[in-house]
Amino acid sequence: MNFRSILGLSVMSMLMLSCGDSPERKTKEDAPAAPPAEEQAATPNLGIGPITSITLGDIDDALVATGEAEFTTLCTACHKMDKRHVGPPLAGIMERRTPEWIMNMMLNPDQMVKEDPDAKALLAEYLAPMSDQSLTEDQARAILEYLRTK
Amino acid sequence: MKHLKYLFALVAASTMLVQCTSQDGTSGDTGALSNEEAALAAYVPPGEHDTYYEFFSGGFSGQVSVVGLPSGRLFRRIPVFSVDAEKGYGFNEETKPMLETSYGFVPWDDSHHPKLSQTNGEIDGRWLFINANNTPRIARIDLTTFETVEIIEVPNSAGNHSSPYLTMNTEYVVAGTRFSVPVPQKDVPISTYKENFQGMLSFISVQPEDGDMDVAFQVLVPGFDYDLASSGKGPSHGWTFFTTYNTEKAHTMKEANASQNDKDFIAAVNWKKAEEYLAAGEFETWDAEYRDNEYDHHTQNTVSNVRNEVRVLDASKLPGLVYFLPTPKSPHGVDVDNTGKYIVGAGKLNADLTVHSYEKMMAAIEAEDFVDEINGIPVLNFESITHGTMKSGGLGPLHTEFDGRGNGYTSFFISSEVVKWNVEDLTVVDRIPTYYSIGHLSIPGGGSMKPWGKYLVAMNKITKDRYLPTGPELAHSAQLYDISGEKMKLILDFPTDGEPHYAQGCAAEVIAPNSKKILPLAENHHEYVVKNENDVKVVRDGNEVHVYMTSIRSHFAPDNIEGIYVGDKVYWHVTNLEQDWDTPHGFAIIGANTAESLIMPGGTRTVVWEPKKVGVFPFYCTDFCSALHQEMQGYVRVSPRGSNVELKWSLGED
Repeated sequence: MNFRSILGLSVMSMLMLSCGDSPERKTKEDAPAAPPAEEQAATPNLGIGPITSITLGDIDDALVATGEAEFTTLCTACHKMDKRHVGPPLAGIMERRTPEWIMNMMLNPDQMVKEDPDAKALLAEYLAPMSDQSLTEDQARAILEYLRTK
Repeated sequence: MKHLKYLFALVAASTMLVQCTSQDGTSGDTGALSNEEAALAAYVPPGEHDTYYEFFSGGFSGQVSVVGLPSGRLFRRIPVFSVDAEKGYGFNEETKPMLETSYGFVPWDDSHHPKLSQTNGEIDGRWLFINANNTPRIARIDLTTFETVEIIEVPNSAGNHSSPYLTMNTEYVVAGTRFSVPVPQKDVPISTYKENFQGMLSFISVQPEDGDMDVAFQVLVPGFDYDLASSGKGPSHGWTFFTTYNTEKAHTMKEANASQNDKDFIAAVNWKKAEEYLAAGEFETWDAEYRDNEYDHHTQNTVSNVRNEVRVLDASKLPGLVYFLPTPKSPHGVDVDNTGKYIVGAGKLNADLTVHSYEKMMAAIEAEDFVDEINGIPVLNFESITHGTMKSGGLGPLHTEFDGRGNGYTSFFISSEVVKWNVEDLTVVDRIPTYYSIGHLSIPGGGSMKPWGKYLVAMNKITKDRYLPTGPELAHSAQLYDISGEKMKLILDFPTDGEPHYAQGCAAEVIAPNSKKILPLAENHHEYVVKNENDVKVVRDGNEVHVYMTSIRSHFAPDNIEGIYVGDKVYWHVTNLEQDWDTPHGFAIIGANTAESLIMPGGTRTVVWEPKKVGVFPFYCTDFCSALHQEMQGYVRVSPRGSNVELKWSLGED
């Protein structure tokens, strides 16, 4: 390609940029924004993802058993209950996080570690990003039930 | 809305560019386009997707490459007939049986013609078939995983070139022998070619549910060279056409001796008639040793099945099975147009194309308008069956594709050009040069009844000065043309992998939505799978040691192993526990005489390692997987044979 064509392409790319639709902006517009930090302090952090509200009843033992089996296969490579492993220990997690946050972390980890302030802090501490294990909501709910017993 | 705005910006930009550069004139290479217009026509903005998949054969690489159009970007190289150390294909235990043949393990072949499966004459995007030319085989690639899942060997064949050219509902993929040989093989003087050598045209059935291939039947034909093929469609459904050369039956200096006759033949095989003969029991069962190697997504393993017989239909004894269509002159390509009405023969030593009419062929058969008979096979009257001759003005026609708008596009090797012509009235519409010496050409959907007539790819045999030089060996060049208008326009020039002999493509939406992101762990039934770290183990059985290992970002379990001895045969069965897209892990160990394996999320692969030295040796993940990828490593202790170091394994213990 001659010099003039390169010039032509540069002009073209400038024009394209000037229409104001860079991929970066698109990503941000498409994604729901995380609530500002001040709000976080005032309201419990539900995380970012498909779970916006969940009501917990009495512990469901059958669901706990399902959740334990899923947890063993999909989570134990990185999480132990009582000590730091690849990720943080999970015993007592119900006292530290909302159930919505926990499920969103399981179901939507990529966005959580980029945008949720608590998940971002965990990534900074542990460096290994939470893996997306392609869970269904049912699987995540069962694992949550299991975590309630820990 | 954003896309609309974007499009508008592009159009505006291109308009301005045309204005900017009009004083510069246009480039001679691109036809009517300026360089800037050509660049925009092939431009796919960063982060955007191509609109077509195009599957190129690798020729002497033995593989298939997956390229996007219009960008020409290479996405993936699928290992098919050749081992691939990068992925472990043909090296790991799960894929080694895929390359077994009746000649033993064959690590290489020459892959030629990729053909996508069809339903009702349209590309359905389920499987890609491709032939091996050297040790005759056909492979099936699953387009949900882009992996080779079956390779079937073709017995009684040699030089499987006129293949796979499938039928319009993928009832059959075909395999015609390019080199006639003694069938079945026997020890005879080469000079007895005329008495002892025969051809075989094989029809391999494809199960509609799962794609499973079997040699349904073979048709015994005279000892010509069966070069290329094309299956009928629409009205001509039920027939498959094979070009022949060397109807002279020469066995030496074929370059001259196989070019004597003014006309050779297109062999028309009525495979529906063949099915009738089979049903009526009019076949012979021959002994034949060949392999059918099948990959199972559940066991994640390949089984190499030995087959021992084949059903043969002798064309010389079965009327109505095969007819010869005289066609000048040593025809190479045969291509049935997308309407199924015309059969285009490209006589490669000729300047013109011969277009036969299916309707006229059927009328001549009905009227028994024959001029000769060879081994009991009628030769039809050339004058009665041709629709006409397309006077091209080019030299060395090879292959023709169709745009679905009544035009054919033929590659001319000697005159290095593509000629666009009207199939009905046989007039030249346009011509454009290629760089250089084009072989095959491809319009996505080519060979089907519904081609996408937007782009045409020229695959060239000679590259010379097109790119920066890389020593004596050069990548084969391809050119992309926009054929949506009356005139063909060159928009891109790109290098290819291996030596593509044909490529076939289709609209991205036919395949992309079905592409798998992971292999679900729940569906992994590999004999040595382990699905959580609590179950990992190392098991000794004599000198064999099986390591049941897992990998996840970013560690192996176990990562410390002791109690291995020099002379052991260690099988590392590594299961990737990830369930997220694009998270493969690799496994490699020092001194392995095999290769690494790349293990897809949810998959299991087995690397064999035979330690030869005493010491402590590292293994590690070869695919950069996370910020802690460099930490994804472990050690195995190898002790002298006969020592009593206890077998043990661990992860995270001090």
